[in-house]
Amino acid sequence: MSDNTLDNLLEDRKGQVLETTLDGAPAAIRCETRSAAGSVSQRACVFCGSRVVLYPIADALHLVHGPAGCAAYTWDIRGALSSGPVLHRNSFTTDLRETDVIYGGAAKLERALRELIAVHGPKAAFVYSTCIVGLIGDDVDAVCRRVQDDCGIPVIPVDSEGFKGTKKDGYKAACAAIGKLIGTSGDPAVPPAPARSVSGINILGEFNLAGEAWLIRDCYKRMGVEVVATLTGDARVDTVRRAHTARFNVVQCSGSMLGLAAVMEEKYGQPYRRVSYFGLEDMAQALYDVADLFAGEDPDMPARAAALVAEEMARVMPLLEPFRRDLEGARAAIYVGGAFKAHSLIKALRHLGMRTVVVGSQTGNKEDYERLQQLCDPSTIILDDSNPVELSRFVLEKQADLLIGGVKERPIAYKLGLAFCDHNHERKIPLAGFEGMVNFAREVHGSVTSPVWKFARRRS
Amino acid sequence: MLLRHTSAETTVEREALTINPAKTCQPIGAMYAALGVHNCMPHSHGSQGCCSYHRSMLTRHYKEPVMAATSCFTEGASVFGGQANLLEALGNIFTIYNPDVVAVHTTCLSETIGDDLKQMTAKAIESGKVPEGKTVLLANTPSYAGSHVTGFSTMVKGMVDALAVSTEAHKLDVINIIPGYVEPSDMEEIKRLASAAGVKTILFPDTSNVLNGPMTGKFRMYPSGGVTVAELRATGDSRATLALGPAASSAAAKALDIKCHVPCEILELPIGLGATDRFIDSLRRLAGVSVPESINRERGQLLDVMTDMHQYTYGRKVALAGDPDHLVALVDFLVSMDMQPIHIVSGTPGKSAEQRLRPSLDKLGRPVNVKIPGDLFQLHQWIKQEPVDLIIGGTHCKYIARDEDIPLLRFGFPIIDRVGHQYFPTVGYKGGLRLLEKILGLLMDRQDRDAPEERFELVM
Repeated sequence: MSDNTLDNLLEDRKGQVLETTLDGAPAAIRCETRSAAGSVSQRACVFCGSRVVLYPIADALHLVHGPAGCAAYTWDIRGALSSGPVLHRNSFTTDLRETDVIYGGAAKLERALRELIAVHGPKAAFVYSTCIVGLIGDDVDAVCRRVQDDCGIPVIPVDSEGFKGTKKDGYKAACAAIGKLIGTSGDPAVPPAPARSVSGINILGEFNLAGEAWLIRDCYKRMGVEVVATLTGDARVDTVRRAHTARFNVVQCSGSMLGLAAVMEEKYGQPYRRVSYFGLEDMAQALYDVADLFAGEDPDMPARAAALVAEEMARVMPLLEPFRRDLEGARAAIYVGGAFKAHSLIKALRHLGMRTVVVGSQTGNKEDYERLQQLCDPSTIILDDSNPVELSRFVLEKQADLLIGGVKERPIAYKLGLAFCDHNHERKIPLAGFEGMVNFAREVHGSVTSPVWKFARRRS
Repeated sequence: MLLRHTSAETTVEREALTINPAKTCQPIGAMYAALGVHNCMPHSHGSQGCCSYHRSMLTRHYKEPVMAATSCFTEGASVFGGQANLLEALGNIFTIYNPDVVAVHTTCLSETIGDDLKQMTAKAIESGKVPEGKTVLLANTPSYAGSHVTGFSTMVKGMVDALAVSTEAHKLDVINIIPGYVEPSDMEEIKRLASAAGVKTILFPDTSNVLNGPMTGKFRMYPSGGVTVAELRATGDSRATLALGPAASSAAAKALDIKCHVPCEILELPIGLGATDRFIDSLRRLAGVSVPESINRERGQLLDVMTDMHQYTYGRKVALAGDPDHLVALVDFLVSMDMQPIHIVSGTPGKSAEQRLRPSLDKLGRPVNVKIPGDLFQLHQWIKQEPVDLIIGGTHCKYIARDEDIPLLRFGFPIIDRVGHQYFPTVGYKGGLRLLEKILGLLMDRQDRDAPEERFELVM
């Protein structure tokens, strides 16, 4: 690639790239715009957003209404663990063909739904619309209503046609689908449970990747807080239904579930807090925040939370020390889906003695980026909706030793001779919570200090 | 029991529904083919998600960066057509990323709204979006027809349509080889065999050194491999075309015959002894060379292991899932070693595959289950009804392999949980030897594991 390519690229991308300055006053970054046609963007679509949010509901049927590809690419790729049923790990699709596109796919959808429900007896069914369904005009809602009435389980259409926006719009569509389940009893004759749990919370935006929800739930349990529903990590249809009985919601993952939290606050009077479970401070804060919420009726809870945090810190800090010794002074680059996670990562990296020199996200908003600028050291590069050429240029220019990203970024890092940590679908070990911080440190350490890099020093 | 939802009885209606697909959609095949052109940017004319999914899946399979651009369809484009998007995209790609070639493929979205690629590209050229000397390849790849194999075939034909020209009065001493939907390692091996026989060839597409390149400490948007535009032009002057794998390669070979009067021979993929014999023989005949001793020696080595170990392959039952061209060649190889491929599915629709399987299957003298198009749910049901000693297929077969405790030989697309396919071929005699080594390893490891102590053998 020539320098020319880079210059052209950067000219075009001006506004979505900035460098933090010494005085620290936040500059405006262009974000939440659609990617230009012809870009090599790392972004995905509406369907992708809906699919990742809903798929961890393990005892529901997830039927992809469209050509086989959309189902094939999203077949069990996320590593959202279930402690029980595994229906969600299968891939069901109406596999639309040419004749369906011409004559409509609604009849096929209805047959498929009825057959699947008869065989698998799921607690609920989600029907994902793909691009093509939006075009051929199948009345998916009508089919879902009919099947729901006949089969006696909720059959919920998800408006996830790929072209209707970005991944964020997919989160919204998924939240709308979840909203239809919450507060229902499952039996039309029985009214939903009105009772408010005394100490329960829901965790929103936590998908139990590598079993993270289990770690987090355990911490809340030790504080004396019951988790009513995790949306949607290791979720069941019935726990989702009961989500309205919790006292409060805590929301993780910037983009995906804030909207739902707002709706639940309005509809069920459940206040919410935004939290992050990555890194020690943020994890501790997530526990303190919940303890504060309950302090009125359980005045001892903040003290219990503090004791828990103290105990965990005392356990974890010595474990981090050897990693920190080796990593002190190393530089990191971060490119993730939502910018909120980047905030936590920057702080977590500081615990390892590492400085963040490049940070970007696919879908951050204005507030996210302002906060990022405040968090970062001077002369950090901040990127919105970046691409491989730009990423590789900045990690080299800023001499990063590590890239944190997802599936498409990993090989780029390795080609450049950079260490890598997957903080997305493909993480194999839990990175959330106190234990997760140790795992994160081990993972970063393992890659940054690997002897393989000695054979291939990178060149800029 | 991960797939506890699969029962031995066929109770699920199989017309309206695909469960656990044994295929994916056309565009990813077109993208893979396009990556086999030097300095080429594949372009997905559709929603952002398609491009992202294809890049992610190819990255998982190859563990390499995969570059491709997208038209970033929005709701507007799906109503008013994608012309503005394609024009903007071509302009942006050529100015920013500066490739020699942009290979455009459609998606179900742009196909259904009736975007006319040819007319739009003409418009792009007219309005100066395509710089002098640059090439645009086109492929119509609706996801609701065919499979990834069809998409590959269509893009390869697109190379002929756009570039092949007949300039000489007499054809040159060059043989075109279309390698089929095989791995970069296989393409390299086919070139090596041809070169060992002293045959000048143009192989297209050629993903070797694109998707199996070395680690150099540099990120290259366009790696060094790939067939060049000049070579693609020159295919029209070659003496003959050898098309390997009818489903993936015959469309381009026939188009080249019609367009430039280059006669073609269409063979099965050279997987296994018999198929490689036929490939080498055709190559020898078309190029007018004799087979060198080095190739005879490789053949002899494969045959040597086949004879040495035939008691271990005798009567072993195999279930296969994969692409038609792969299945036909594999089944032929298995039957030639007295193995029994008894359950066979391919997700790729088309009647010819079953006919091509027949000659091999008829030799078995027993009923065989074949379903094309079929899915992995079907395959699993058959395996429950009649167990096998070995499964051959992509990574998704690992659910069945685990549940039924049957060894799995990973073959085909995608393989997203192991490495090797990028670097070690399965075509040619050497490739056959590798396949056989793997098959024997799996069967004999299992024999060792399951042997009671008194029958546990040191020498096998």
